[in-house]
Amino acid sequence: MKKRIVKKHPLAIRWFHWINFPVLTIMIWSGLLIYWANDIYRLGWGDTTVIKFFPKSFNDALHIPFHLSTGMAFHFFFMWFFFLNGLLYVLYTIFSGEWKYLLPNRHSFKEAWLVVLHDLHIRKTAPPQDKYNAAQRIAYTSIVVMGMGSVITGVAIYKPIQFQWLCTLCGGYEAARIEHFILTLGYAVFFLVHIVQVMIAGWNNFQAMVTGFEVEKYNEPETIPEPQPDTIETPKA
Amino acid sequence: MTPPPKNKKAAKTPTVEQQIRRRTLSSFSVFFFSLTIGGLLFYKLYNQPQSADNVQPVLRKGLNANERIFSRLFSQKRNARSFKKKDAVAHVRVNGGVGMDGTLDTATWRLRIARKPGDTLQLTLSELMALPKTEVVFDFKCVEGWSQVTWWGGVRFSDFMAKYGLTPQMAARYVGMETPDGDYYVGNDMPSMLQPQTLLCYEMNGKPLPQDQGAPLRLIIPVKYGIKHLKRIGVIFFSSERPKDYWAEQGYDYYAGL
Repeated sequence: MKKRIVKKHPLAIRWFHWINFPVLTIMIWSGLLIYWANDIYRLGWGDTTVIKFFPKSFNDALHIPFHLSTGMAFHFFFMWFFFLNGLLYVLYTIFSGEWKYLLPNRHSFKEAWLVVLHDLHIRKTAPPQDKYNAAQRIAYTSIVVMGMGSVITGVAIYKPIQFQWLCTLCGGYEAARIEHFILTLGYAVFFLVHIVQVMIAGWNNFQAMVTGFEVEKYNEPETIPEPQPDTIETPKA
Repeated sequence: MTPPPKNKKAAKTPTVEQQIRRRTLSSFSVFFFSLTIGGLLFYKLYNQPQSADNVQPVLRKGLNANERIFSRLFSQKRNARSFKKKDAVAHVRVNGGVGMDGTLDTATWRLRIARKPGDTLQLTLSELMALPKTEVVFDFKCVEGWSQVTWWGGVRFSDFMAKYGLTPQMAARYVGMETPDGDYYVGNDMPSMLQPQTLLCYEMNGKPLPQDQGAPLRLIIPVKYGIKHLKRIGVIFFSSERPKDYWAEQGYDYYAGL
């Protein structure tokens, strides 16, 4: 067995990814500080509450209460970093051609099921893939759409009169606030699944998000055949 | 896919193993270095000593920069959405009592307008009520995140300014207001004050303003968060500098525009 270096993530994408992670964390944290001042959302019906957003223990553990002004000051500072980083990422994927690996194609929605079944060990084989499998394409495109959603609903809440058309587009001021909140819950879910998948995929996959390359092992014939898509095991995450 | 490395060329070419090690090391060095710098910057920002206005100076600069951007986008033509009177809530939330100690006697109360230093105009409520009345039904928004459709009546601030010959004062950048006891005070930029929905308000839900809503006269300024809608106006003055503002001193955004 010999090893070779296979390029995976362009430098720009690695920077966008690792800038976004702490910035989004700050946005969610400062968002919690703001949300606390009017924490009315819950899952339930009538007088029955299944989940309250958020329980006292959660708020106390994260030192959330009574920091509304701090939350607003941080949120309206780091929003620019979140927005600009996201915008540059989208522009980069468009102009570099990376979008071709990231955008779902007409097979993706059918294939994503097979990927999920494979991940759950229900199906033996995974469908052939490029840099990202069908489920990843959907997930990584959804997260960008969600990011745009956060910006749109965010502006609608931030300047509901100057950007009244955006507020109307969101279904009104209170609807925009709910949507902004649900999107944040979505990031939390994405994060959990993402972390689990990265852990399952292993070190080689993870380190590629830092180094940009993966190490590929191959048997050594004198002439190495051009690898066929269905013979390459590309780890997921 | 990269073509297979041609490492048979020269003896000096590092082996694949060496290349992997070298590139991993350098990438992770940059990664951890950046992580440390980012972490330190955030730590410094978070722990930066707060100024007298209760917020980290860098974040205050951020809020002020946002004001410069969004006040440029502000247009007096953009009104807060109007609702029907029947959509207004009967029980209007009372969310602050600073500067509202005791009951105020409307008969002895006077609105004092400091036109110039040493030149104060004094008006009674009936003098203000003699001016044309304007009503607004809009979604009142609190900085805390709640909102309520509420119905207010009073004299448009711009009408009041015009009627009392205060056109020269319109050139000032800010309008300051204080409660009679001086405990609560706000500053608002002139463009927002002259927006046609901004009222010197003496009525709520078609009835005289209740005490806890700031009788006899309060500010209603729909293009701002509730913290700017000063209740129980005592003094109005004009300034080229930011007048002091109660909640801005507590670390909130001075502009607070919607």
